[in-house]
Amino acid sequence: MIIRLILHLALLLLFAPMLNGIIIKTKALFGGRIGAPLLQSYYDLARLWRKGFVFSRTTTWVFLAGPVVGLTVPLLASLLIPFGALPAPISFEGDLILFVYLFALSRFFTVASALDTGSSFEGMGAAREVTFSCLAEPTLLFVLLVLARLSDGLSLDTLLGSHLLTAWHSDAGASLGLILVCLFLVLLVENSRIPFDDPNTHLELTMIHEVMVLDHSGPALGMILYGAALKMMVMGALLVRLAFPWQTGWWLSDALMFLAGLAGLAVLIGVVESIMARLRLPRVPQVLVGTMLLSIFALVLVLR
Amino acid sequence: MMELINPLLLAVILINFYTLGSARLVACIRVVAIQGALLALLPLLSHGMTFHAMLLAAEAFCFKGVVIPWLLLRAIRRVRIRREMEPIVGFVPTLILGVLTTVGAFLFADLLPLAPEHHDGMFVPTALATMFSGFLLLITRRKAITQILGYLMLENGIFIFAVLLSAAMPVMVEAGILLDLLVGVFVMGIVVNQISREFSTINTERLTALKE
Repeated sequence: MIIRLILHLALLLLFAPMLNGIIIKTKALFGGRIGAPLLQSYYDLARLWRKGFVFSRTTTWVFLAGPVVGLTVPLLASLLIPFGALPAPISFEGDLILFVYLFALSRFFTVASALDTGSSFEGMGAAREVTFSCLAEPTLLFVLLVLARLSDGLSLDTLLGSHLLTAWHSDAGASLGLILVCLFLVLLVENSRIPFDDPNTHLELTMIHEVMVLDHSGPALGMILYGAALKMMVMGALLVRLAFPWQTGWWLSDALMFLAGLAGLAVLIGVVESIMARLRLPRVPQVLVGTMLLSIFALVLVLR
Repeated sequence: MMELINPLLLAVILINFYTLGSARLVACIRVVAIQGALLALLPLLSHGMTFHAMLLAAEAFCFKGVVIPWLLLRAIRRVRIRREMEPIVGFVPTLILGVLTTVGAFLFADLLPLAPEHHDGMFVPTALATMFSGFLLLITRRKAITQILGYLMLENGIFIFAVLLSAAMPVMVEAGILLDLLVGVFVMGIVVNQISREFSTINTERLTALKE
């Protein structure tokens, strides 16, 4: 039990920033550049951690609570979800609801800390973030409902169990394909990637997620970046397990396969970011509503 | 062969959704053409390589996948429009209605007194859903081109039904339907040109007012 917990957290904490490195490398290759080294995200985190805190006198404790909650929530959520074939350390009936709303909690604190600065740009970004995430949330829940229908339990561990392999070959394969697409789009929205948001943009008016963290610096910004990397890995774990439901039975090969799946996901995100332009802001809700309708349709397909 | 049918019908439904939610006319015409081409595979997959099935597939591919979309693309080029600008019902509401009717079709198909071998498949619900989507497209859009696309989609839905019954349905009936459709598209193409020449737009609502 303890060993599994340590293995789970070690995998998460060590490999999460690597995903961002792979995405940046893929985009650089598409652009014909060599790009930053794969470990650049780790260097950035170390650099930020060595700096001192700077707080505006107008802010309160809420300003620091945002980054702290943003870092701890993905850690907690990761304990509920299996990493590939490695089972989740903590599992109980109904933990999928907790999984979804843990992220809502972290979003609430990020938004609160953005509003705490009193900057109008940050308020605008907070409004956009909340709007988009409340459109993405039903999709995630419908996806989990489809998975719950296909399995006999309500915990993420049974939802993503070994029955997925047979489900892919049965009639439910079509629904699984649909929810895989939905889940990928939700992953892009939640982690503020291109078509929905550009993590590298430098104009406050067009930012969504990045504008909320403009006033954070030093270790607080480091916590936000690390938390974002952890969040991407945790949500990616859901997608990777759904797409590659094989298991070998030996923990090391299972872990390696999981990491390879995550690396493939990161390459896929990099490819999407390289070949797609950002959507106009009014188009984003349309796409998200479309995704939600697709997930509802997938649910109807498995219900009949 | 049979296990390819469900993914194919699923693709048909996804194309319905895309057409309902998209404003770009060229893209809409292309995906409806793809839908027609996919449907041409359907008789081959469900009845095997019989002469009748191959005839159905060939005529469906020629008319639905090639000729009619080509006519529509040519008409669009001539009147120079790219987008459906102001639909009567917005794109997202139409999409929601489309999904609701599709879900309704799936529920309704379970209640129909069908032959037992058709009861579990996706044929009947997909046919109903495609027909409803065609109706929705006809009702909610103003441009004549999109309305023709709605007709085309409606015919695609009927075609799925026809494949189910193609053992009993003579080729002549299917050929007659296609011929009707082709003539319809021709007439609509001429009408589109006339409307655009008269009013410098192709919105059909201008046709409701009479004048001397």
